[in-house]
Amino acid sequence: MIYDIANETLPREDLEALQLRRLQALVERVYHLVPFYRRRLDEAGVKPEDIRSLADLEHLPFTTKQDIRDNYPFGLFAVPMEQIVRIHASSGTTGKPTPVAYTQRDLNTWADLMARTLSAAGVHRGDIVHIAYGYGLFTGGLGFHYGVERLGAAVIPVSGGQTRRQIMLIQDFGPTVLCCTPSFALYLAEVAQEMGVDFRHTKLRVGIFGAEPWSEAMRTEIEARLHLDALDIYGLSEIIGPGVAVECIEAKHGLHLFEDHFLPEIIDPVTLKRLPPGELGELVITTLTKEAFPLLRYRTRDITAIDYAPCICGRTLARIRRIQGRSDDMLIIRGVNVFPSQIEAVLMEIPGVAPHYQLIVDRQGPLDTLEVAVEVDEATFTDEVKGLQALAKRIESRIKDYLSVSVQVRLVEPRSIPRSEGKAQRVVDKRRLTA
Amino acid sequence: MKVEQISVFLENKAGRLAEVTRVLGEAGVNIRALSLADTTDFGILRLIVDNYVLARDVLKAKGFTVGKTEVVAIEVPDRPGGLASVLDILAKAGINVEYMYAFVQHSGKNAVIIFRFDNLDEAIALLQQAGIHIYKGEEVYKL
Repeated sequence: MIYDIANETLPREDLEALQLRRLQALVERVYHLVPFYRRRLDEAGVKPEDIRSLADLEHLPFTTKQDIRDNYPFGLFAVPMEQIVRIHASSGTTGKPTPVAYTQRDLNTWADLMARTLSAAGVHRGDIVHIAYGYGLFTGGLGFHYGVERLGAAVIPVSGGQTRRQIMLIQDFGPTVLCCTPSFALYLAEVAQEMGVDFRHTKLRVGIFGAEPWSEAMRTEIEARLHLDALDIYGLSEIIGPGVAVECIEAKHGLHLFEDHFLPEIIDPVTLKRLPPGELGELVITTLTKEAFPLLRYRTRDITAIDYAPCICGRTLARIRRIQGRSDDMLIIRGVNVFPSQIEAVLMEIPGVAPHYQLIVDRQGPLDTLEVAVEVDEATFTDEVKGLQALAKRIESRIKDYLSVSVQVRLVEPRSIPRSEGKAQRVVDKRRLTA
Repeated sequence: MKVEQISVFLENKAGRLAEVTRVLGEAGVNIRALSLADTTDFGILRLIVDNYVLARDVLKAKGFTVGKTEVVAIEVPDRPGGLASVLDILAKAGINVEYMYAFVQHSGKNAVIIFRFDNLDEAIALLQQAGIHIYKGEEVYKL
């Protein structure tokens, strides 16, 4: 079901005209209302009237998380506090949270976008929606909450924690829709198993999972264990919260980004140049309609690619690929951008290869080298040298084919690679140690 | 007629081979024959031991990647041309030797050599027809 048929199926031409009108109004507004943007635009030598086409977006400066931090707490708000009706914040990994604000109209837009999101997942009136995203400063819980109410379905505002009680509620209240992080979904499956609860005997039909990156392999596992359709949702509090992009249940292939409110670009995180559709790079979003906390060309640090091809669901909105990683994790090997998640995806495709790997970046003379340490387990072990060497060669050529980068594969003993307590251990960059 | 050989994946770094032999020694496993195939990055240690199951279990418990391969133990006359006479039979039949290594002890006057063939059953049949003695597993483990 398409919730907002007019705006979600606009012909590209009409959509771009709408985007341009909104972009011009946005630049005009922030230039006059937010000293930070006025200074940035002046430095870039751009005046609001210079925005004559969507291509002129490229002349505008980027905004980063650091810019938001530098203006802590409310320096980037574009309306007086009298017009702000809600403040959320994302937990800052560096101490201070990142606050974001909403006017009444922003909340209205957000609820609409979440109603679109839920509709794309096949949710409708009569459904019961179990929300296990945290309620509070985090945008997940309340963002979903008001979207469900806007759509007219019934909401169970469970929030996080108390897993056993959540499973009891799922059995007794019979929700048809589950909203939580993908890792919590798998945790629910584990606890349910311990309790002897079979998800086949619940009414759950669809799950909308996000707030953290996940993989197709996780989708397969969640769908098998929870017996529902698992869909990916993308959002971030700086932009609005959940409701920036979502997969449709018809295709389950790429997340429709609500382009009438958020203008996406994909850039090379190093050169900052815009990349063509299909190429992997950093997602940059300009909020076209936000009043309280608008952002010009916000660098999300999330790595994805954009696809403008039409979708079987009927939406004309472009789709972004499942988030592939963070631009902070990007490695540049002899000029080629490589993300650890891409190497992981190649390894996962080779039967028998364990998902435990480590990337060791080094420099020999002027050349960067990338070594991929892969653990040999019983499925891949053979007692013949040529068999193991062939395995290493096969991995090397696969990576070369997919990523256009030459690597050396080193086979290592099981459990010799530190088990993940965070992404950092996946990569050892010896260039930085000696630089 | 087949002998169970245990193989262990080893990273090419100091102390790994010592670790394998220490683990086996502490478990009371006796090594009957061994060979090490190595490359710059890794090695494959192949062992014939007196207690395959125990050796496998203690090595696995220590986190080693362990495999099992069936090999043949052949009695080879201990004289010039002894090995050649055995290999000739196989070469004529187009059977490929993947690897081989000698047993530590002799059996009487003859040498014992461990072979891995690409076609194990055919090799056994051929050698037996030619009157060459092939050891049974239990014999080898106790040699």
